[in-house]
Amino acid sequence: MTPATPNTGCDSDAAPVLRERGQREVFCGLTGIVWLHRKIQDAFFLVVGSRTCAHLIQSAAGVMVFAEPRFATAIMEEKDLAGLADANEELDRVVDRLLERRPDIKLLFLVGSCPSEVIKLDLSRAAQRLSTKHQPNVRVLNYSGSGIETTFTQGEDACLAALVPEAPSAGEDALPSLLIVGALPDVVEDQFARLFAELGIGPVAFFPPRRSGQIPAVGPNTRMLIAQPFLGDTARALEARGAKRLPALFPFGAEGTTHWLKAAADAWDVPEMDFRRVVAPHRERAKRALARSKEVLDGRSIFFFPDSQLEPPLARFLAEELGMRPIEIGTPYLNRDLLSEEMKRIPEGAQLSEGQHVDKQLDRCRDARPDLVVCGLGLANPLEAEGMTTKWSIELVFSPVHGFDQAGDLAALFARPFARRSVLRV
Amino acid sequence: MQLTVWTYEGPPHVGAMRIATAMKGLHFVLHAPQGDTYADLLFTMIERRDARPPVTYTTFQARDLGGDTAELFKNAAREAYERFQPEAMIVGASCTAELIQDDPAGLARALKLPIPVIPLDLPSYQKKENWGASETFYQLVRTFAPKIEGAPVRTLGPRPRCNILGPTALGFRHRDDVVEVKRLLASLGVDVNVTAPLEARPSDLARLADADFNVVLYPEIADVAARWLERIHGQKIVRTVPIGQNATKDFINEIAALTGIDPTPILNDADARLPWWSRSVDSNYLTGKRAFIFGDATHAIAAARVASEELGFEVVGLGTYAREFARDVRAAAEKLGLTALITDDYLEVEKAIAELQPELVLGTQMERHIAKRLGIGCAVISAPAHVQDYPARFSPQMGFEGANVLFDTWVHPLVMGLEEHLLAMFREDFEFNDAAGPSHLAAHQPAPTPIAAPAESDITWSKEAEAELEKIPFFVRGKARRNAERFATEQGLAIIQIETLYDAKSHYAR
Repeated sequence: MTPATPNTGCDSDAAPVLRERGQREVFCGLTGIVWLHRKIQDAFFLVVGSRTCAHLIQSAAGVMVFAEPRFATAIMEEKDLAGLADANEELDRVVDRLLERRPDIKLLFLVGSCPSEVIKLDLSRAAQRLSTKHQPNVRVLNYSGSGIETTFTQGEDACLAALVPEAPSAGEDALPSLLIVGALPDVVEDQFARLFAELGIGPVAFFPPRRSGQIPAVGPNTRMLIAQPFLGDTARALEARGAKRLPALFPFGAEGTTHWLKAAADAWDVPEMDFRRVVAPHRERAKRALARSKEVLDGRSIFFFPDSQLEPPLARFLAEELGMRPIEIGTPYLNRDLLSEEMKRIPEGAQLSEGQHVDKQLDRCRDARPDLVVCGLGLANPLEAEGMTTKWSIELVFSPVHGFDQAGDLAALFARPFARRSVLRV
Repeated sequence: MQLTVWTYEGPPHVGAMRIATAMKGLHFVLHAPQGDTYADLLFTMIERRDARPPVTYTTFQARDLGGDTAELFKNAAREAYERFQPEAMIVGASCTAELIQDDPAGLARALKLPIPVIPLDLPSYQKKENWGASETFYQLVRTFAPKIEGAPVRTLGPRPRCNILGPTALGFRHRDDVVEVKRLLASLGVDVNVTAPLEARPSDLARLADADFNVVLYPEIADVAARWLERIHGQKIVRTVPIGQNATKDFINEIAALTGIDPTPILNDADARLPWWSRSVDSNYLTGKRAFIFGDATHAIAAARVASEELGFEVVGLGTYAREFARDVRAAAEKLGLTALITDDYLEVEKAIAELQPELVLGTQMERHIAKRLGIGCAVISAPAHVQDYPARFSPQMGFEGANVLFDTWVHPLVMGLEEHLLAMFREDFEFNDAAGPSHLAAHQPAPTPIAAPAESDITWSKEAEAELEKIPFFVRGKARRNAERFATEQGLAIIQIETLYDAKSHYAR
């Protein structure tokens, strides 16, 4: 889970990777709660942490979320640090109060944080204890979203990996089934489900499910397509249950989506002609949708600060389908297994970088004067004030961007900052 | 452990960041894990600052914990000094770093940097954001404005001078309050020596002693430092916070008494419109509007006074999350015949509002969530606040202009006078009915669920009375329900009939 060991220089199969460490301008894994709590509708996320954790989630989310949240923080106080026995008692009390207030909760995640990890509060034992106490109404699971172990989207990975043992087993004799792994917007799931049905691929299930009681069965006849590049632990946990991963590009843009679907089509022996017949109209529609943004983006340079691990596939999409010129592709962690196909298509001339020393990276960015900088919320306004054009990276995990029918929207997210610059006369 | 849905304050190191970000030439090195950099966005996004906060985070990870996190800290501090060349540095630990006990103070000392390095002790598991800001400011003031033995005692010159203490980054309207207060002081003939921490440099703090008195705008931030300055440099403190028409006059009078200046020429400022706006007949409908007030102590106390004295509202609830100032808020509440709500538990505040069913909530961003859900009008009067409460326009809370702003922003969410009557007269109009909300607020959509009856009530409503209750406009329906139930309880009635409703109405008529 922790990013790879420091610097080994260069990569055997691709361009050299710049590995850095220093100040990281990234979120911790707790931030994933902001979208996960909307995805699994009867789940609740209880962070066991400090006031900083509570403040982080509401500040990261506060920009966007107004509804009654299905997350909260059990804030540790002085007396909880004195003895772990008391901390456990306190946690039980907090969970009781929470479940009393929200009887609709069926699945409760206890989410570990930096302080809970440092004081070695054993949340997996706490989860077992609380599961026993509150069964059969509520299942209690745990994972870590701590900043010392996870960066931003790795929180989703940890959460989904914790959910894997809850999946029922599909035996040797079960029909081959397809599992789509990664939290996707409902509308995107529905689009993919229709496409797979048209291709004759199925049964298809999505992980995580929309409700906690609908976790799909997993077994040796499960084939999986990973929808997000940051789900390394989840993929390994599913593989340990017998599932086989179908290596593919990630479904961003017309090409990425086609490649991703083709991996499943090949596993299901869908004839080439049938695949083309089904996919072509969608693919064409996606390409048409890209045309307008391409006029804006073609030939422009782009610099990615590390954020979500989506950076390598997005850079591939922007370079191949929109003619952009990636200068640096920063990622918090380069997940080589899941990126096996993407690594073959890293745009030429682009510097891949892993980890971060934010001040040095800012120096490089200022030297390169890219046309567009993709960065987090802490850097965007300061860089705009320096005259650069920026795109908030967080929007890339907070909007529907996967698949054919979102390809145009995804491109438009990158084109909009230019459009805004061109309309403003102030 | 405390179950927290929303928190009113961040941890104490965020308070220290508010001081560092407000000032110039000061850098903060914070021992903290990856992820704590989220705090930057409070300043760059919520407050829309155009520069990164002057903070370097050490960013340690799990694999560093067995190794040398102390070395990490030293490198970060050294690099920060070389890169940013600050006049002074503050160093501290966030919640997780506090647990690993690396002693940033000692480590920083060992670096022997050629600038003042001020260590901060920020106990994250006991204290919160405002305390952290106050402590940081106090430590800075102590360091840069020490007692100098044998220094000449300052005597009052022909033009009195003061410092303005308390405004920070991310403060609620601090930027504009400073402008307005400076204008007031200038018209009084008082010079401003130093304003801090906002826009001050460490070297400016060294000049603090060169003033006759201190104006404390935000006691949460500057009270401790001002007391210290009073003790060490004999500087008097002006404690009146000039929020509202009357408090602004008190503020002027307090300074006049201190300096011997005649306040009369500026007491009747022509730009002070609140008194006439409030007296004009259009404002009749504001009389007795039930307001619930919650915020930091400074703004909550001030709001209670403005609401009751200057707008003629009835304050039905008053509280604060600032426990350090609980005593002041309790005293203010008592004056209004109320018991103050002192809590940092959002759920308790939510419960209090649901029970009291006010017509207006004056609170923080958190109360805005609550008011929105309950379909009650709301104006934000205190931090924590959302991006839209950091407006582009000049919008102070203090001084005469601040009072004008308060009138506008608090009255805006309410249904206006004649509209109130029309809604009551023509209840079945398909466009202008109470479910559509105040007609000048297109976005305001009251919650679809009716305001629930108090849980402890064991009184039942007859069908007819319930139907009749529905005919009462939503903005007074809650009060009518409460009154009817209270009346029934007092009269020993088990069932509320239509007549009970009207009896209660007449009983509580005001």
